[in-house]
Amino acid sequence: MLDLLKNQLLFSGLLIAVLMGAINLGVAYCTFYERKISAWIQNREGPNRVGFFGLFWGFHFWGYGQPMADGLKFLLKEEMIPDKADKPLYVMAPAISFIVSTIGIAVIPWGGYLDIDADGIVDVACQVANPDIGLLYVLGVGSLGVYGVVLGAWASNNKYSLFGGIRAAAQMLSYEIPLGLAILVVVLSCGEVRLENIVRAQIEGGGTWNVFVHPLAFFLLFVTQLAETNRAPFDMAESEQELVGGFHTEYGALKFALFFLSEYTHMIINSAFLCVLFLGGWHFPWIPGLGLEDTAWWAVLAKMAMLGTKIAGCVFVYMWIRWTLPRFRFDQLMRLAWKGLIPTGLGLVALAVVMTYFGIPGSESVWPKLIWGLGGNAAVLFMVVLVVGMSPAGVTGRQANMPPISLLSPAKRVPRADQGTAN
Amino acid sequence: MLEIGLNHYLVLAAIIFCAGVFSMVSKRNAIGVLIGVELVLNAVNINFVAFGKYSGGNTSIDAQVIALFVIVLAAAEAAVAVAICTNYYRNLNTIDIDRGDAVSG
Amino acid sequence: MGANGETVTVLKPQLKLILAAVIACMAMTAAPRVAMASGGGGLDEGGFVSDVLGGSHPLFEAVGFYLFGGLAAFSAIAICFTKDVVRMAIWLFATLGAVAILYFLLTAYFLGVIQIIVYAGGTLVLLIFGVMLTTKSPSMQFAVSKIGLAAGGVVSLLLFAALMGLVLGTDWQRGEPTGSIPVATLGRDLLTTYLVPFEVISVLLLVVMIGAAYLARQERE
Repeated sequence: MLDLLKNQLLFSGLLIAVLMGAINLGVAYCTFYERKISAWIQNREGPNRVGFFGLFWGFHFWGYGQPMADGLKFLLKEEMIPDKADKPLYVMAPAISFIVSTIGIAVIPWGGYLDIDADGIVDVACQVANPDIGLLYVLGVGSLGVYGVVLGAWASNNKYSLFGGIRAAAQMLSYEIPLGLAILVVVLSCGEVRLENIVRAQIEGGGTWNVFVHPLAFFLLFVTQLAETNRAPFDMAESEQELVGGFHTEYGALKFALFFLSEYTHMIINSAFLCVLFLGGWHFPWIPGLGLEDTAWWAVLAKMAMLGTKIAGCVFVYMWIRWTLPRFRFDQLMRLAWKGLIPTGLGLVALAVVMTYFGIPGSESVWPKLIWGLGGNAAVLFMVVLVVGMSPAGVTGRQANMPPISLLSPAKRVPRADQGTAN
Repeated sequence: MLEIGLNHYLVLAAIIFCAGVFSMVSKRNAIGVLIGVELVLNAVNINFVAFGKYSGGNTSIDAQVIALFVIVLAAAEAAVAVAICTNYYRNLNTIDIDRGDAVSG
Repeated sequence: MGANGETVTVLKPQLKLILAAVIACMAMTAAPRVAMASGGGGLDEGGFVSDVLGGSHPLFEAVGFYLFGGLAAFSAIAICFTKDVVRMAIWLFATLGAVAILYFLLTAYFLGVIQIIVYAGGTLVLLIFGVMLTTKSPSMQFAVSKIGLAAGGVVSLLLFAALMGLVLGTDWQRGEPTGSIPVATLGRDLLTTYLVPFEVISVLLLVVMIGAAYLARQERE
């Protein structure tokens, strides 16, 4: 039985089954925690009534049965397809959305190498696939995420949906570029595109995770991932106040649930990716059992738990941001991408190239990396702020008719020219 | 039949190429024509990569690099073509290519 | 009993959908793993090669080729006979994906992923974006003229016959099929042997960016 597991293909199959279950359960509870966290931020209670089938003498379990109840509700609602919708595409869109958000789990290194029978020889990698192009695979799969949104929007045959779809397409095309640049920084500083080796490079380099060397690139990747998942403040595609529900206006029951699940799955996968690229993957200093040499089954489980904890932290920040920051306006969104993030990304890539030229990433000591990285990041940030700050901010639409905002005396109102003689 | 060789890929590429040519000739929607062009480029890429693999040696790298350039060029071409399409639509209020006959004699 | 039966009928389509989605996810997740096995484990680091399928089994490659080659050919032909532009784009998406998997079978892993990132993730989204900007309603279609169909049919069939004659009539020079090329090798060659074309392409991309921005900009008075 154990010998069978030593085969990577069968082990991968087992891993797929386990991960699918774990991630779907995690997604279900993400929706629950999203509501709990929003309640906490807004000083409310949140869902706290649903227990498990009234078992245990009516004890409510702090509302932990809520995801099951939600799922059941979605399952039992009437499946409706609008009359004038493009039916095949309408049904396909949520499925595409769900599939492309899930298949990213294949290349994430969940727990390093595993030595099943403790004979000192590693047997399998705790990873579904460990391809040479792992990082690019995640990038590619992530770039397909827009299809579900755009097709759903198009097939609904609804003006609001269409607006949502167009916004999503433009947004995702724009944010792909800084995403790629941020990833390029990691590739340059680790000299690797295999995800497992990126984790190794971070551990072997004196335990300096990429986030300490390239904090701006980490920020860049995080922001672009927010945009890729259509999460607030980048949820232009579904902005409730303007577009009803955006691309999923016409969706209900399980099809809506699939969109909903895919958003959360996307969050989890993106967080895992972020952790692997910048936060050292399954590694954590000072805790025994999380090193490169630890390959026993309990060490691998500990590594998976470590990565899971980091992912949970990232997902929490996602939710925190959603319930704290207001949504961007569309022109602000575009300006941020093209005038803020892309110049920053280009500067960071230049910095990484210079660092690679001087052999900084390969150095034994931690200090040259930290000094170069942090100093360079500060320089890039300074230059971007200088250049972008000098160019005038675009003023459009209603804003053009507004009086300039005075920081010194906010209470004083300047009468508008066209209202001068009205009263 | 079960041994996949160079000819299999070449035949497949020929099918895709001809489908692309058919779309380019018969579609009236400008974007449809563009989709035909993309098909043709894909067929050519399959040929490059298949030739590269089955010729052996360093040809494989040559083939992949050329295919890479073709993909980049296709992206560039699509960007310009979509810009032209939106301009065309703004001027004529349609993207039917048969209506763009303003400069014909 | 009646109420019970009703619940079941309501449940059925949803269960099918969720089942289909889950199975598809599992299959798609397994895809890179399987591609690695069929590519002779070239992607695996030495020592962890899975040999349950005997590395690169010819049967495995044949199944992959007929499955995805068939999908590519079918969807390419479907594009010809689809009137709706967005559906054409979806068929093109299927073709591009299938061709990417064919690149994997040809052990051009880097190219396959670039195909997905640039083509499927960039170019095609741009096309769909173009469709959305230039179409008034999803139901709008252009009728294909008889002349166009006939001309297209004749041209493409003649071309196909000529190509087939060429392909099957030529005795291609063969070498030993090469294995996968590491990304590092490809990258180094791109910046040494192919530096000039690479730079030319970069300049071209810049020109295209400016040109497209100029073309697409709104006229302001």
